[in-house]
Amino acid sequence: MHPAFSVIFFTVASGAGFGLFSLLFIADTFKLGGGFTPVQIVIGGIVALGLIAFGLLSSTFHLANPKNAWRAFSRFRTSWLSREGVFAVVFMPLALIYLASIWFEAPLWLRETFGLLSAVLAWITVFSTGMIYACLKTIRQWNTPLVPANYLALGYASGSLLLLLGAVIAGLDTTPYIAMSALIVSIAAVLKAIYYFWIRSPGLTPTINTATGLTRAKVKLLDTGHTHGTFLTQEFGFQIARQKAGLLKVVVFGLGFALPGLMLVWVFNAQGGQAAAVVAACAGIAGAAVERWLFFAEARHVVNLYHGAQRC
Amino acid sequence: MRLGLVIDLDVCVGCHACAIACKEWNASGTIGPLSDYQPYGAEPSGVWFNRIRHYEMDEYPNNKTVNFPMSCMHCEDADCVTVCPTGASYKRAEDGIVLIDQDKCMGCNYCSWACPYGARELDRSSGTMKKCTLCVDRIYDQELPVEERQPSCVLTCPAHARMFGDFDDPDSAVSRTVRERGGYPLMPELNYNPTNQYLPPRRKPVIPVETQPKGGLKESIKQFANKLVRR
Repeated sequence: MHPAFSVIFFTVASGAGFGLFSLLFIADTFKLGGGFTPVQIVIGGIVALGLIAFGLLSSTFHLANPKNAWRAFSRFRTSWLSREGVFAVVFMPLALIYLASIWFEAPLWLRETFGLLSAVLAWITVFSTGMIYACLKTIRQWNTPLVPANYLALGYASGSLLLLLGAVIAGLDTTPYIAMSALIVSIAAVLKAIYYFWIRSPGLTPTINTATGLTRAKVKLLDTGHTHGTFLTQEFGFQIARQKAGLLKVVVFGLGFALPGLMLVWVFNAQGGQAAAVVAACAGIAGAAVERWLFFAEARHVVNLYHGAQRC
Repeated sequence: MRLGLVIDLDVCVGCHACAIACKEWNASGTIGPLSDYQPYGAEPSGVWFNRIRHYEMDEYPNNKTVNFPMSCMHCEDADCVTVCPTGASYKRAEDGIVLIDQDKCMGCNYCSWACPYGARELDRSSGTMKKCTLCVDRIYDQELPVEERQPSCVLTCPAHARMFGDFDDPDSAVSRTVRERGGYPLMPELNYNPTNQYLPPRRKPVIPVETQPKGGLKESIKQFANKLVRR
């Protein structure tokens, strides 16, 4: 699949934003490390909402006809893309009410109710983002429950690293935040490792034989029937060399999981504090972006069977 | 009704006439135009509803070239319709034709991701997705003579490799042909239940090439001379 940068930016930024917002609610509810002040929570919440809004905005850049984008909310009952949009839009006012109830010191039940609602909606929205890809039967590398799990884990890992940075800047006791980040980043790393292991095996996929129905003999493509590329080859023809993919997987694990993990130790030992937290957050998000690029680059659509591939 | 096509792989000569006729009709049809990019330039490309690939099956001396025309299969379980967030893609209840409302499409490409047959192509100039309409603006046209109320590709095919009809009617020509010739759908394992069916190439005796008669003395001298004289 052709990796579209607007979609990569959208999924990484909105995932981090939704993750940060839900974890901010948890940090606020349990007053982790002494608890943020209301002003700090509102700033954190605005950063999260900004990431989500920029992400949603960037996702409209890959539309060929954005003037009809508002119609995307209309097929909630069948389309995961529609569901994602609806959940993201419903999340916004709930999140704003939560931040307002903190700012204006509203009663605790109001604050907690809207905090919980927006945290749950954030979770559902990221899940829906993953399901957009996981529901496609045409791409084996995507058609697995590991995809929404990975989207959630990576979004929350990025969010937890951003929250840790906030805790360091606010001068809170960082221990609970380090523990939370360490846990979520490890879960994300393990899930990603399982995913990479999973897509390595060939699996039961359509082959050139089932695609043509000529199942009793070897079949090979002689000619695609077009002189230059088509929409199909541009959208689905993208191929990545196995070696390059392997190298990028090392980058994903090094940048996305190992380096933030190392930085957590530095923050814990109070070595460099703020700088280490900045490196952790930046590395985590950069790792997630590389992971997302690879997620698209490694996906092989079955239409490639009509363009010469023997199997997908 | 469940309207669709039958394509005879035994007969198709791979002339691309169906694709040309399709483009000609649909460029000015209900969802036209079908934009071309650099039609006379270095990298000609454009929107087509019908594409013909050429395959080779088996190995010498049993090999055979199979020409493979493909367009929208008008699937019974069309995921392209299910995933569409705007409701632009729809499947007609009355005849099973899958269409795209050009006024609603936002060009997100998601339906093309869901289609395993590559039937959907984005038109860059209008920013909307386009696909085979089964010539919906032809097959119901009361102004045309009855025998011409068929998709363009079917009418034009010089080899009669294409048939159009109703698969819900067990006595229709398409249903009977599929029964008799062992017609099959493509990639049935994905469970899209495509309506269009393909008729397999017939098995034909291999033409022997090893049993040519040996030459006499004259031939042997010629061969000997050829060995001596290096060209």
